[in-house]
Amino acid sequence: MELKTKINAKNGQQDLVITREFDLPLELLFKAYTEPEIVAQWMSTKVLKLENKKYGGYQFETSDPRGNVVFKANGVIHEHIPNERITRTFEMENSPFAAQLEFLDFESVSEEKSKLTMHVIYKSVDLRDQMLKLPFAQGINMAHNRLQDIVNQLK
Amino acid sequence: MEIRRDVFQAIADPTRRAILSLVAIQAMTPGVIAENFDSSRQTISKHIQILTECELLSQHQNGREIYYLTNAKKMTEVADFIEPFRQMWDDRFNKLESIMKNYKPKQ
Repeated sequence: MELKTKINAKNGQQDLVITREFDLPLELLFKAYTEPEIVAQWMSTKVLKLENKKYGGYQFETSDPRGNVVFKANGVIHEHIPNERITRTFEMENSPFAAQLEFLDFESVSEEKSKLTMHVIYKSVDLRDQMLKLPFAQGINMAHNRLQDIVNQLK
Repeated sequence: MEIRRDVFQAIADPTRRAILSLVAIQAMTPGVIAENFDSSRQTISKHIQILTECELLSQHQNGREIYYLTNAKKMTEVADFIEPFRQMWDDRFNKLESIMKNYKPKQ
């Protein structure tokens, strides 16, 4: 089966491109990026602020089940052209990672299909590679936490 | 392609990830690994078998005992891979798609 979400990350470059085709009309795809309640659902985060306009900004915050904030991110919007393009920055707060620049291009493929191209530019090649490895590292951390839980139960 | 998918299926399971981080510190026999979990020895043994088949674990014979250790080379190979990153975005986009398919505009 062909993969729906593709990542193009060339060796030694400080950017990457994520592409995805959706079984959704263009307007619905774009709406998923502009309605705070919808963004909150698919990004699995609380949306504190989402201003869909040039000079606007956004803020996300995720808490664990105990209510501790585990993830905070924000950015500013440079370009907001409905059903066409969003240019924005993205920064993870309280992390060693520098802000990144994101170009999101939305296009219609047919009446019922649309495509998203997300071009992300990082501060350095190293930083990009670290960000790529993050989900894997989190998986291992989760395993460590689980291990800690198991060890605590044994005590 | 087939093998690659298997590796990521292997590390997608929380118990198997826990096994990997356990034996990353020191080589262990299946019995000692199993003592760290609530699951039965057979279940843990099955997990060890899957991890070994994917070459994420390597075996060392010491007398009558077999010790398991994380295969660092394979782990680096997997870590270098962008697959977990792709998977993260794929999950998000799948969610986005199913939410919007059921979207009813507010009147």
